[in-house]
Amino acid sequence: MSRPQIELRTSPHIKAAPTVEQIMRNVVYALLPIATFAVWQFGISALALIIVVTGSCLATEYVFSRSAGRGNTLSDWSAAITGLLLALTLPPGFPLWMGVVAGFIAIALGKALFGGLGYNVFNPALVGRAFVQAAFPAAITTWTPAGMPGRFVEFIPSTLALPFMTPPSVTEWSRQAVDSFSGATPLAQWKFEGVVTHASDLFTGMVAGSTGETSALLILLCGIYLAARRMMDWRIPSAVLLGAFVTALIFHLVNDQHYPTPLFVLFSGGLMLGALFMASDMVASPVTPWGVWIYGLFIGVLTVIIRYFGGLPEGVMYAILLGNALSPLIEHITQPRIYGARKSGAKP
Amino acid sequence: MTLLRWFGRKTFSHGIHPQAHKEDTADKPIRRLPFAPRMVVPLAQHLGKPSRPVVRVGEEVGRGQLIAEADGFMSVPQHAPATGVVEAITLMPSAQGPRVPSIVIRVYEASNQEVLWRTPRDMDSLTPEQIVQAVQDTGLVGLGGAAFPSHVKLKVPQDAVIDTLIVNGCECEPYLTTDHRVMLEQGPDLIRGTQYAMRVVGARQAIIGVEDNKPDAIAAIRRHLPADGCIRVEAVVTKYPQGAEKMLIATLLGREVPSGGRSAEIGVVVNNVGTLTALGRLLPRGEGLIERVITVAGPGIKKPGNYLVPIGTPLRFLLNHVGFSGSEQEVILGGPMMGNAVSSLDVPVTKGSSGVLVLSSSEIQAETRRIHPCIKCGKCVAACPMHLNPTQLGLLAAKREYEVMTERFHLMDCIECGCCSFVCPSSIPLVQYFRIAKSILRERAA
Repeated sequence: MSRPQIELRTSPHIKAAPTVEQIMRNVVYALLPIATFAVWQFGISALALIIVVTGSCLATEYVFSRSAGRGNTLSDWSAAITGLLLALTLPPGFPLWMGVVAGFIAIALGKALFGGLGYNVFNPALVGRAFVQAAFPAAITTWTPAGMPGRFVEFIPSTLALPFMTPPSVTEWSRQAVDSFSGATPLAQWKFEGVVTHASDLFTGMVAGSTGETSALLILLCGIYLAARRMMDWRIPSAVLLGAFVTALIFHLVNDQHYPTPLFVLFSGGLMLGALFMASDMVASPVTPWGVWIYGLFIGVLTVIIRYFGGLPEGVMYAILLGNALSPLIEHITQPRIYGARKSGAKP
Repeated sequence: MTLLRWFGRKTFSHGIHPQAHKEDTADKPIRRLPFAPRMVVPLAQHLGKPSRPVVRVGEEVGRGQLIAEADGFMSVPQHAPATGVVEAITLMPSAQGPRVPSIVIRVYEASNQEVLWRTPRDMDSLTPEQIVQAVQDTGLVGLGGAAFPSHVKLKVPQDAVIDTLIVNGCECEPYLTTDHRVMLEQGPDLIRGTQYAMRVVGARQAIIGVEDNKPDAIAAIRRHLPADGCIRVEAVVTKYPQGAEKMLIATLLGREVPSGGRSAEIGVVVNNVGTLTALGRLLPRGEGLIERVITVAGPGIKKPGNYLVPIGTPLRFLLNHVGFSGSEQEVILGGPMMGNAVSSLDVPVTKGSSGVLVLSSSEIQAETRRIHPCIKCGKCVAACPMHLNPTQLGLLAAKREYEVMTERFHLMDCIECGCCSFVCPSSIPLVQYFRIAKSILRERAA
């Protein structure tokens, strides 16, 4: 018998799945159906936007992780998630060059600056979106209708805008294609015009909106896949949706003329995508059992408050970013009671 | 936990479900291993002070003879595992790493299984104090793996009143089936040992807790239970670390051992089934502990099973006897969750060894996968049976903030079960960080 080789390690000698790579890869898988639906809905402009934004994120991650001496971190798939998520939160006709800027800011400012995967304080995709929201306020609120006839052969005019030029207006272009299009998302229609879109339309998603936020049903299904595989903490999205639902219900009961139904609040805008894929970002959310509920409820309640009383129709992004900022504090005050803890003051 | 309790199933909160891997050995009856030509009996194979040799090099020893005496109360004696000659008293490799003083015995080829040295006792006439002394003379330690001297555990502090003796038959570590086989095959010894222990600690009742993946063991013990009803068997949910003393107490009695305290404070003494079985067999006969049951298993073993192995048998002899394929790289003494990878096959089987495992290369690859930064997924928080926050502890350990770890995040309450490392998707060796932090803090305090 040959002399066996012995290797020394420390216990435990067995490990459970999943690894970080497996978790991140599955999040990407869960986002792909949403991205596919977005392309079907908004055509080649959406496809180009998703590819360009994701590419920008991957390139930025590559450059920064290499220069920081962390090696090639593309293989952990986290930059791909940021890219996909960011693209899905932008309007379908968002100029591609602005998408490149958004992707760069998301990774550089939102992630690499803090030390890469695991150290970011905020969800990187939302950092990128918040930046372009401030930098390009017109472009990020320019909406085009879903299901345009020529969407697979023709770009939305603003998509191919040249860098640092004012993008061409798409209002006339949209009107030519769909006569009744008002140029607003269901949320904006409700806020500024008092028109409430039916919840079933919002559920299936053939409405105007950001590239990947429109179909609540599809987002829910993809989220359930992740939660069932235990690659997402189901408590956070549940808490966000619960918080939003209860808050909206209270307002609706107080004044049902002015405030829409809770279902409209749940299914409109980016709440679904935000609750399931961004608030649940592991790195920027608390880990304590009570902490996750408080964090989620806070985001849900705040989203509705911003929608109702803020200047913008949508509030998910800022609610989540604020939740991210508060998450260390929430964790601090919700440390679990340990087994065998003595009453304070008692001597050990 | 509460949910399961409503359905009448006994368990504790948090914990993990590793693959059991018990099917290869659970149905294999205990078989005797022949004597190795050379036995190595370490003087410190228990927690506490090492024992003092009472034999000289060149002296003949008989199987069962006292070869090292206890050095004080926190110590146990050692007995000769086989008849032979003391070849050396010298430093030999140990499972923990450093070389430790050991008595090396060259075994006579003609040595047989008969135990030559014994002083039978009349158990009924002994007082509790005398039984504690008898347990110490036996050299018995916790056979579940901790190797804590058994007589110390049975010596109840003056101010404590014990109402319950818990007998730990959970065996929650994957692969291991020694307790399972002992419960199946040695029920009468187990009951007798339990009764002795109850007498010593003054407990009114004893509960034998067995994981519900061993229904045959539960049935086997029930057949031997005495009619007075003082001893009962409870099935508990199969989950790691159900066999940890604190988890089992919480499961069976709903009580928590206070942080930093002992179970006697809440009226409970816990003993492993293997330990009490040895107690029940050895005490009346007046023999020392010279052999124990060990599970030898894992993909690298040709004849996996449960073996009655003389203490001091080198692993090389044991593995060659059961067939060991050289392609496997990791030999572990104990279970895969808490056992030690051994540094040399010259390491002997000791009183605390519950298993010898040879894992496959795929399991080793899983262990050596790339370490990522913590992504704060919270899986370790949800797994920690002590309800600690391993996420924070791990981040603080990387920054060497050991004081903060213990003052704010209860590092010293960590039972080192390894659940956090097991679930970590980033493959951070959390429990190893905590072991290091604890030992550094202990050194600073000393």
